[in-house]
Amino acid sequence: MFNNDAVSRRSLLRAAGLAILSGGTLPLAEAQQVHQIAAREGAYRPRAFTGHEYRTLATLADLIIPADDVSLGAVVAGAPAWIDLLASQNPELTNIYTGGIAWLDAEMQRRGGTNFVDAKPADQIALVDLIAYRKNGTGELAPGVRFFDWARKMVVDGFYSSPLGTKDLGYLGNSAVSKFEVPQEAIQYALERSPFGK
Amino acid sequence: MLNPSKDFKEHWWPHQTPDRGMGPGGSRYFGKSPYPFGLYDAGYGDWELDGEPYTVAPGDKFRWYRSRIVGGRTNHYGRISLRFADYDFTPHSRDGVGTDWPITYDDLSPYYDKAESFIGVTGSKEGIRSAPDGIFQPCPPPRVHEMLVQRACKQLNIPCIPSRLAVITQPTHGRPACHYCAQCSRGCLTGSNYSASQTQIFPAMKTGRLNLVANAMARELITDSSGKVMAVSYIDKITRTEKQIKCRAAVVACGACESARLLLNSKSSRFPNGLANGSGQIGRHLTDSVGYSLSARIPALENLPRHNSDGMGGMHVYMPWWLWEKKDLGFPRGYHIEVGGGFGMPSPGQFAGLCARHEGYGKDLKTYLRSQYGTSVNLAGRGEHVPNPNTYCEIDPAVVDKFGIPVLRFHFKWTDNELKQAQHMHETFTAILETMGGTITRAAPKPVEGDGISIGGEIIHELGTVRMGNDAQTSALNKYCQAHEVKNLFVADAAPFVSNPDKNPTLTINALAWRTAEYLAEEMRKGNV
Repeated sequence: MFNNDAVSRRSLLRAAGLAILSGGTLPLAEAQQVHQIAAREGAYRPRAFTGHEYRTLATLADLIIPADDVSLGAVVAGAPAWIDLLASQNPELTNIYTGGIAWLDAEMQRRGGTNFVDAKPADQIALVDLIAYRKNGTGELAPGVRFFDWARKMVVDGFYSSPLGTKDLGYLGNSAVSKFEVPQEAIQYALERSPFGK
Repeated sequence: MLNPSKDFKEHWWPHQTPDRGMGPGGSRYFGKSPYPFGLYDAGYGDWELDGEPYTVAPGDKFRWYRSRIVGGRTNHYGRISLRFADYDFTPHSRDGVGTDWPITYDDLSPYYDKAESFIGVTGSKEGIRSAPDGIFQPCPPPRVHEMLVQRACKQLNIPCIPSRLAVITQPTHGRPACHYCAQCSRGCLTGSNYSASQTQIFPAMKTGRLNLVANAMARELITDSSGKVMAVSYIDKITRTEKQIKCRAAVVACGACESARLLLNSKSSRFPNGLANGSGQIGRHLTDSVGYSLSARIPALENLPRHNSDGMGGMHVYMPWWLWEKKDLGFPRGYHIEVGGGFGMPSPGQFAGLCARHEGYGKDLKTYLRSQYGTSVNLAGRGEHVPNPNTYCEIDPAVVDKFGIPVLRFHFKWTDNELKQAQHMHETFTAILETMGGTITRAAPKPVEGDGISIGGEIIHELGTVRMGNDAQTSALNKYCQAHEVKNLFVADAAPFVSNPDKNPTLTINALAWRTAEYLAEEMRKGNV
């Protein structure tokens, strides 16, 4: 029951495939990282969640931060594992996720007779399209909207604080340089778009 | 004992700590952080310390940050190093508000020179009365967002000048120049910014003439029959035993409130209200700085070409007070403006606002977050807080800490002087950010406690609690920070300050301490101490 191979391999291959499709090639370092994480994720044993819960979280994570033509997705970056770690230290946080995932499953059962993670991608997206917005947060979908807000902010945190996410944003600091300089190109870019003009 | 190579987490990434800065169990998501100034901060303290409480009078709010490490808060502070202006020493003569200092700018100016030369401060000669020039090292150029702030300020006739930070950009007294990683608050492994530990205490220990007793919690100063301090009594925190060190002179520099606490707790038949407190002034005149801040996303910075914008650990430009001649502002004192922004190290907790604004998910969200990275510009005001009779600290008669030492009870009230100033900050910051193309959604703060203005103590510029003055009836210390009543007792932190201008206190603490040390050495040579 704790077999996570399916989700992690699938999402990794999807991510790697996308990267190759869009960029032509997957850079060697990232390809190696994908393989390393695939090996690690394949053996991953969730600390706070059941295998089913973790697979559901991972599915959500790659919906929230999927691979695109700049970077890979949240699962490869380790965001669900980071959430699992924090949840393992905090029952209140665990409850938010177990409750939210159970709600997703119940709602998907009501709609299509399956758990969320086993539903067709189109059905998963149809539900996420509803709970990803506050305007739906007052009626029957309210628990889903509240949960998705948690999942979104934590998946985003987990992704962008990882080496992959940091690279995605293009942070180039945390280094030692002998002289601080600002590239003229960046100055021009901002001035041209500012109320001050050039 | 502080060991920078072990204790300073410079150049670490968030993912090198399991919780990445959100606290064990993600406690920050629930409003509780074990890292009050962020992961890897070198403050080594907190707003609450286990077993070392303080109390606050009913109805008042006050927060007290305490570092418990060699060098204290200088290991992590913002390094902003501003001279007081000439008029800052004569507030009462100028407009009848507050109290004049027993010294003038000219008395302290040579010591500012010495302090700046020794610790190293960036800056430029500007000739602005509210921000006197000093001995400066070159300041690195403005970052892109700071350039936009400068343009806006130029349109609004607000001076925006190179920063004055205690960061060395040239090798100084054996310390290498800054390597521009923006992590001053984590402590600097190369000692390229000022901290009392690395710049003063460790070099002094190398002379062999300083013996540092770490983990000592001072309980009381003991006086002899002539009324002079003869010993410091302290708790050895490791063994929880009480010990004494005999002394010829005592210099108290525990941080303003802790210094007041030590003196108030040093009671004897000769000093029933606390040592050197015949005036009853110790603990009074407590001030902090007024804090108010406002942020906006600047569209011109969306998708800005990526580059390393780290720089010094703080802003490269700032705005000194510019309206010192205006009498009709509705509040008596000024503020300066600090600037934040740039491509910071991505860390958890930074994205919640953007996620809430964008909502949704997927590639759209990812593209949005990328476009917004580095677009936030923050302006923070630091304003003068005029002492008032409802703001002070005293010994709480009912509470002791885990060492058995009576604790402080705080009383704190802002007045219209500060509340109206915070409103003015809001108007100014709104004007600057809107001139840059930003949109402000926050309503102007109302002139009430808790609406935008910082809580007392939060800016960690508490001072004034053992003030200096020429009159022993209204001050505890003379103009050399020597106790009026105890000739071998001196105070050398911000407790002697008579007022708290909109200039961060640390440079003035250094200048004043230098002056006090010279005077003490001379008095010892003469045999007066």
